[in-house]
Amino acid sequence: MIFQLTSFWPYMFMLVLLFSGFLCLYRIAKGPTVPDRTVAIDILGTLMVGFCAMLTLIKGQSFYMNIAITWALLSFIGTIALAKYLEGRDFDD
Amino acid sequence: MTETIGYISITIGVLFDLLGCVGLVRLPDIYNRLQAATKCVTLGTCMILIGVLFVMGVGSAGMRALICALFILLTSPVAAHILARAAHRYGIRLWDGSVVDEYAKVHRKQQSSE
Repeated sequence: MIFQLTSFWPYMFMLVLLFSGFLCLYRIAKGPTVPDRTVAIDILGTLMVGFCAMLTLIKGQSFYMNIAITWALLSFIGTIALAKYLEGRDFDD
Repeated sequence: MTETIGYISITIGVLFDLLGCVGLVRLPDIYNRLQAATKCVTLGTCMILIGVLFVMGVGSAGMRALICALFILLTSPVAAHILARAAHRYGIRLWDGSVVDEYAKVHRKQQSSE
């Protein structure tokens, strides 16, 4: 039972996360305005964090969580930079 | 037992992720999309990471998952708020079905006082 859990379900979770990522890519390609695309990029980064967590479960090694933490940090900084660029102000405001 | 709890938590989280991305595609407006996507995806990814903590146990991977969950729980609302404010100041109009826009009044008052 436990063996079936660990061998089968993480791949199904990865498939669902990949489908969600394709929905985000649809919004990035079609989105009528620039903030729509920024939101979709932010959500795609958050999905990739979950994807790295699934890789941790499958491989049983902990360094994939380092990739997840770094990806979350870079996604946050990129979103802040894009939002400040859209707002048209300086970074220290 | 803890593995079962962890996998149930991961299942709920993945479903929340999927619902958030469906909302990102289906909803009509940037603000509605931001609300659906950010809330659902933040909760979903945090549930996934808590589930990883339950499955892997309190080790190096589990503690890193806990730290990552706390980080996402702190930063994602901040990013959503700053994106909504930037979109409003960029000049994106609300959807026709929206009934109230309080920030426009505040923004106009701030501009007139400056």
